[in-house]
Amino acid sequence: MLPDILKDHAAAAALEAALPGVIAGGHSQHNEPTLWIDPYRIVEVCRFLKDKQQFVRLSGITAVDWLPADPRFEVVYLLHSLQRNQRLRLKCWIAEAEPAIDSVFSVWRTADWYEREVYDMFGIRFRNHPDLTRILMPSDWEGHPLRKDYPVHGHKYTYQDE
Amino acid sequence: MRESILHTDSITASDATHETVDQIATPSGTKRMILNMGPQHPSTHGVLRIVLELDGETILKAVPDIGFLHTGIEKECEVKTWQQVVTLTDRVDYLSNLSNNLVYALSVEKLIGDIEIPLKAQWMRVMLAEFQRLNSHLVWLGTHALDIGAMTVFFYCFREREDILRIFEMFSGQRMMTSYIRVGGLALEPPRGWQQVVGKFIGSFPSKVDEYENLLNSNPIWKVRTQGVGFVPLEDLLDLGVSGPMIRAAGMKWDVRKDEPYSSYDQFDFEIPVHKENDVFARYRVRLEEMRQSARIIRQALEGMPEGAWQASAPKIVLPEREKMKTQMEALIYHFKIVTEGFRVPAGEVYQAVESPRGEIGYYVVSNGTSKPYRLFMRTPSFGNLQALPALLEGRLLADSIASLGSMDFVLGDVDR
Repeated sequence: MLPDILKDHAAAAALEAALPGVIAGGHSQHNEPTLWIDPYRIVEVCRFLKDKQQFVRLSGITAVDWLPADPRFEVVYLLHSLQRNQRLRLKCWIAEAEPAIDSVFSVWRTADWYEREVYDMFGIRFRNHPDLTRILMPSDWEGHPLRKDYPVHGHKYTYQDE
Repeated sequence: MRESILHTDSITASDATHETVDQIATPSGTKRMILNMGPQHPSTHGVLRIVLELDGETILKAVPDIGFLHTGIEKECEVKTWQQVVTLTDRVDYLSNLSNNLVYALSVEKLIGDIEIPLKAQWMRVMLAEFQRLNSHLVWLGTHALDIGAMTVFFYCFREREDILRIFEMFSGQRMMTSYIRVGGLALEPPRGWQQVVGKFIGSFPSKVDEYENLLNSNPIWKVRTQGVGFVPLEDLLDLGVSGPMIRAAGMKWDVRKDEPYSSYDQFDFEIPVHKENDVFARYRVRLEEMRQSARIIRQALEGMPEGAWQASAPKIVLPEREKMKTQMEALIYHFKIVTEGFRVPAGEVYQAVESPRGEIGYYVVSNGTSKPYRLFMRTPSFGNLQALPALLEGRLLADSIASLGSMDFVLGDVDR
């Protein structure tokens, strides 16, 4: 359902018309349009927004851990259209039981590293990603540092050990 | 590096008899070689490892390996108060500290909503951000020229950079980790006599840029090594998430300062330099012209600097003056609250982008209404730009990789955070 406040937003309205039911909600806090998207249809939505609505740039992908909420994770896509000079934020809720979502690498190649970063930091898997490995942490690292249940200090080593 | 090239030659020369090297056929019918470039290679300007697959001197495949400088800044931000995070934003990118301070301050101010930044503080922020751009471009030009073999430029650039660092020190007490732009305005009152120092610098700087240009544009080696090198189509650059001077050298007029003006950039008169050649030389020309434009902005800021306050009047967010704390109970209470607990920011989320010397820095900030950020995602330009590295290197000569790498102007701290 497209919220009333975004009814005048051309790209959001076009998305709702072309793919009915993908928009689960949205808001426009601080004049920044944000849409919640059905996580199973994210690739379709991104493809539509890139090809038909000129959102040629993906500024980044990140996630937010809302522990102890359920669903726990929010994956955030920061879209940017140079032609329209607009930004649009897409969000998908991901449950802790199965932390996975389809990769949008086929839409924007820049998603490659951003998805690897989210996987590395939050442990969210991206289906059909060409090479889903850790990017910032060492490859044999245990745990996902940006999760809220991961301690800031003393995960594996403490200062006393040194 | 030199040894490695020799080594490659020897493998190529004896390819018919050697069966031990990987048996993958390459276009020239020779055997491939894997070369580790970095993590301690001087021309990566940081700790970057690139695994190169070579066929003779041609790069077949380049795989960047990052993360050596990962320090968990985003995680650390979640346990610091809003005001403490400013010092962490300095340390993301050692060449654009003030741009990072600025984007953080702008995003938190946007979240707070009812805070009005005085015009003087806004202009001061613009002026210092432009000094930061000059600083970054000077370091880039000097080291890039040094990589390609033009050593003199390095000394010239660092001479001017030193003056800029002295200006930063005069304003903030720090040469690099300035933390000068804070939520609600500036950290300190602009020092007495800053106009003279900035005026002196900006009076002579444009002629210095001409000097660099004379040194390089008439240098045949520089031209041969940069012209026509490192071409990647504009669509690919956009698809790979590249922003900043690299995009402008590919013919696209996109600059966050013009398209989404922040901190009263719309009150300044400046041009966005664009070139169409899309090679290393075009990137050099774009950055050189950006230096001239930055100097223009600084001059306008110097001549038209508004009078008035340099901090917002928001006692719950901005630290009170020292004198008031000694005489007024309220000021003392606010000071105690801000220092111990920190100010609270209303729940919500924002994404704020600014144009850093390297491209689009965007901070995505989520608050849950407490005195600490719930999540702070730093969309750093170097991370986005570095993804285009394979596209720049693959199919090209190994010797050109240094010029291509340098033209991207990444900072590894900015990549790994």
